[in-house]
Amino acid sequence: MVPLSYYLVLSGILFACGVAGFLIKRNIITVFMSIELMLNGVNLSFVAFAARWQQLSGQVFVFFVMVVAAAEAAVGLAIIIAVFRTRETLNIDQVNLLKL
Amino acid sequence: MTPDLHLWLIPLLPLAGAAINGLLGKRFSRHVVASVALIFCGAAFAMALWIAAKFSSLTLPHVESMTAWLRSGTFIIDYSFALDQLSLVMLLIVTGVGFLIHIYSVGYMWEEGGYYRFFSYLNLFMFFMLTLVLASNYLLMFVGWEGVGLASYLLIGFFFLRDSAAAAGKKAFIVNRIGDFGFLIALFLIIKHFGSLDFQTVFAAVQPYAPETTGIGFLTAIALLLMLGACGKSAQIPLYVWLPDAMEGPTPVSALIHAATMVTAGVYMVARSHIIFERAPSALMVVAIIGTLTAFFAATIGIAQTDIKKVLAYSTVSQLGYMFMACGVAAFSAGIFHLMTHAFFKGLLFLAAGSVIHAVGGEQDMQKMGGLRKHIPVTFWTMTIATIAIAGIPPFAGFFSKDEILWRAYQTSWIYWLVGVFTAFLTSFYMFRLLFMTFFGEYRGAAGSEHGHEEHAGHGTHLGRDATHTDSRAGAPAPQKHGHGHGGIHESPWIMLGPLVVLALLSIVGGWVGIHNRFANFLSPVFVANAKAAVTFEGAAATPGGEAGLETKLMVISVAAALLGFLLAYFLYNRRPELPARIAASLHGLYSTVAHKYWIDELYAWLFVKPLIAVSGIVFWRGIDQGVIDATLNGSAGGARDLSDEVRHMQSGNLRSYAGWIAIGAAAVIAYMVWVGLRAQ
Repeated sequence: MVPLSYYLVLSGILFACGVAGFLIKRNIITVFMSIELMLNGVNLSFVAFAARWQQLSGQVFVFFVMVVAAAEAAVGLAIIIAVFRTRETLNIDQVNLLKL
Repeated sequence: MTPDLHLWLIPLLPLAGAAINGLLGKRFSRHVVASVALIFCGAAFAMALWIAAKFSSLTLPHVESMTAWLRSGTFIIDYSFALDQLSLVMLLIVTGVGFLIHIYSVGYMWEEGGYYRFFSYLNLFMFFMLTLVLASNYLLMFVGWEGVGLASYLLIGFFFLRDSAAAAGKKAFIVNRIGDFGFLIALFLIIKHFGSLDFQTVFAAVQPYAPETTGIGFLTAIALLLMLGACGKSAQIPLYVWLPDAMEGPTPVSALIHAATMVTAGVYMVARSHIIFERAPSALMVVAIIGTLTAFFAATIGIAQTDIKKVLAYSTVSQLGYMFMACGVAAFSAGIFHLMTHAFFKGLLFLAAGSVIHAVGGEQDMQKMGGLRKHIPVTFWTMTIATIAIAGIPPFAGFFSKDEILWRAYQTSWIYWLVGVFTAFLTSFYMFRLLFMTFFGEYRGAAGSEHGHEEHAGHGTHLGRDATHTDSRAGAPAPQKHGHGHGGIHESPWIMLGPLVVLALLSIVGGWVGIHNRFANFLSPVFVANAKAAVTFEGAAATPGGEAGLETKLMVISVAAALLGFLLAYFLYNRRPELPARIAASLHGLYSTVAHKYWIDELYAWLFVKPLIAVSGIVFWRGIDQGVIDATLNGSAGGARDLSDEVRHMQSGNLRSYAGWIAIGAAAVIAYMVWVGLRAQ
């Protein structure tokens, strides 16, 4: 049986990759994908704990996160398309109308 | 069961008059304004007379409580009025003389702008003065005390477009504040020691105390502080400086407030608090010394003044000094007696002086008068009566009261008496000097009867027309510029002469109530009954037979002093009118010192006013106001702005920097939790 810590370390690596991508990448779609990566990193730790403690609530949470992520993806992609139509760019540094 | 006298109505009637004239008077004609003022003031006088008629059937002191005012635990102050012999005398003086001066003002102020304003203030003054006189506790008295100060300020500065008038009003108010400070502290001490401000309660509590002959106790402190208050209100050394300047006000105001009534409030207050003073011999001595010094000092200034109203002002200060001298030797009834006769003759002198000023078209300098007796005979005769009365020549009013004071002063110390008699000589001299300079000799004004006619006549008619819009005659050159420019030297109308004649009669007969100590006996329930436990100087009033001869001798001396003053004035200002100028020239330094009022104003300016302005400017304004208060506010505002200026860069609008902040924050939280977890192991 694979020890719990392996799952948690992998989960941490996935989350750290997501954070790094979010911070470094400039393309909005890549940033968006980095968010999904972070969510999935968290999901992995949820299911690992659920398996370890034989509790269903962790798995329920994972489904919940997946549903929200799907909805978010739908809305997020729509926004990205709208942004591209008006700004004709996907570079996040150029989408800075809110900046002072 | 004593009947309800509705004492509250007496002060309230003039207040109603003041409210009606003050709020609506602008739209009224002069006739309506004058009627309103006279009706309400006259109603108060009528009530006072009605009360005087019923007086013998009352149980005294008659206290009427209107409503609760301040109630805090055991400390209770009601809005209540009290009537006893002392306040009845004051009531009659204030309403009676006040009413006469109201009548006089109707004529005197007819040409002035701001007619309704004048009468509104005058009625307001009556309200506060009657509150002061009728109050049954110190706090209500203090309300009246401050109120008359306010009315005085408003009326001194009545011609407020003139700088000197506005400044004089301020001076009066500020100097009075110093006295009020003492009064207030005295009230605090009374509350601390007796837990009440009600006259009867406090005096009953003071009763058991023995006189503080050794050392200085709290009764002496209270008495001295009350005296400080009285010094401010009644223009005694060292706070007398405001009264001569107060002559900037219209002449009826000088007569009513600065001669007959308000300035005597201090005497009334000291007399009212006599139980405290009698138990503080050193305070009494201070009162006597201040009174004596003021009487003498002001009289010497009076002999060198040339402004007719200034002479009367210093004379008032001097006469008030007599009253305090009387209080200081515990002859309170004599002080009140002089207060009454003084109200008659000094009110008359001021009104007559107003009539003179009116006659010569606004001139106040006696050097430009002279020979007026043929032109204004009624004014001349009434003023002569008043002059004889103030000089203390029998059988006129001033003789009885002044002689009573001098006699009682002699019983305490011959020094008071000596200074008093010398002051009586000076009084007689400067008053007859005024009379001779004004009414005898040749007219010294500009161009005979055409005096200043051109310049004033246009002014008068102009004002007559649109005075409703103009509150004061702006910027006209002469001091006390009256619009009375019509015609040459002319007698005043009868509405002004009537009060003069009435007051002249009172100045003759007013003193007769003092024969056989009748006045003192009338007041004795107030002054003696309560004071039996104390050293009753009052008891000395029962003159032993041996002293009667002495009293007569002293009386002869004081009358002789008055006659001497008359003769000297007659010689210098009627027989040899060129002499005074030569004497003044030969005594150059001394004369100019006296003529400049001993440079007291300059001394005060140098000693108090300038340092105060300097300290206020440097320490309070630049130091505390700008340096501390403004600096704190501006500094904290600037600091907040600078900090925000730095911090706002965090909110760059850059999405990834936000995410970075979040990540750093999350990392910090995790690091903290790990640290906590490691430490727990």
